[in-house]
Amino acid sequence: MTKLDCENSSYQTKNNANTIILRNWTFAWVITMAIAAFSPKFIWDFNTALTIAAVLINLAVGFKMLVANRDYLRGLDEMQRTILLEAMALALGVGLVVGLSYELLEDIKLITYQPEIPHIVFLMVITYGLAVVSGHRKYQ
Amino acid sequence: MKNRLKVLRAERDWTQAQLASALGVSRQTINAIEKGKFDPSLPLAFKAARLFNLAIEEIFNDEVEAL
Repeated sequence: MTKLDCENSSYQTKNNANTIILRNWTFAWVITMAIAAFSPKFIWDFNTALTIAAVLINLAVGFKMLVANRDYLRGLDEMQRTILLEAMALALGVGLVVGLSYELLEDIKLITYQPEIPHIVFLMVITYGLAVVSGHRKYQ
Repeated sequence: MKNRLKVLRAERDWTQAQLASALGVSRQTINAIEKGKFDPSLPLAFKAARLFNLAIEEIFNDEVEAL
């Protein structure tokens, strides 16, 4: 029965490792995003070279985060992967459809303020979270 | 799709977590398959068949579970 011992599960171990790697790259991406957003104004007074460097570093770390996310998805079992991919598809669809309609609202003068990308990102995150919860409940 | 995974597991006195470990999937996936809520891929079905030393059709059949 040792072979079946869940504590030695290679799936679980690999999944935990992938989760930690994804968490670390996501954290690094958030930090580099904050540096790129606030440092030009508060630290180096819009020095062009430093600002470009901060943006490039943010993009590079963001790319590593995407790779970590891809590896995380590949490491999941087929049901978990199905749940997350369906959630991602729904979040992308909602972001696209609602995002374009939202942008249109200003063009046709139904709203007076400028639509912001963070509003759509927030909607996509909420949609993704709800879809993941719903997916897990569906297969419970 | 119906399957005998729960019966076969119980005959060997394995927990869902132990079977999940042997098949390289999560316990939630084993639970969903046993309940007929998730149909495994062909590679996973073959893996289960090898683990239990049975043919795939002795574990899985495409008869829809009665509601």
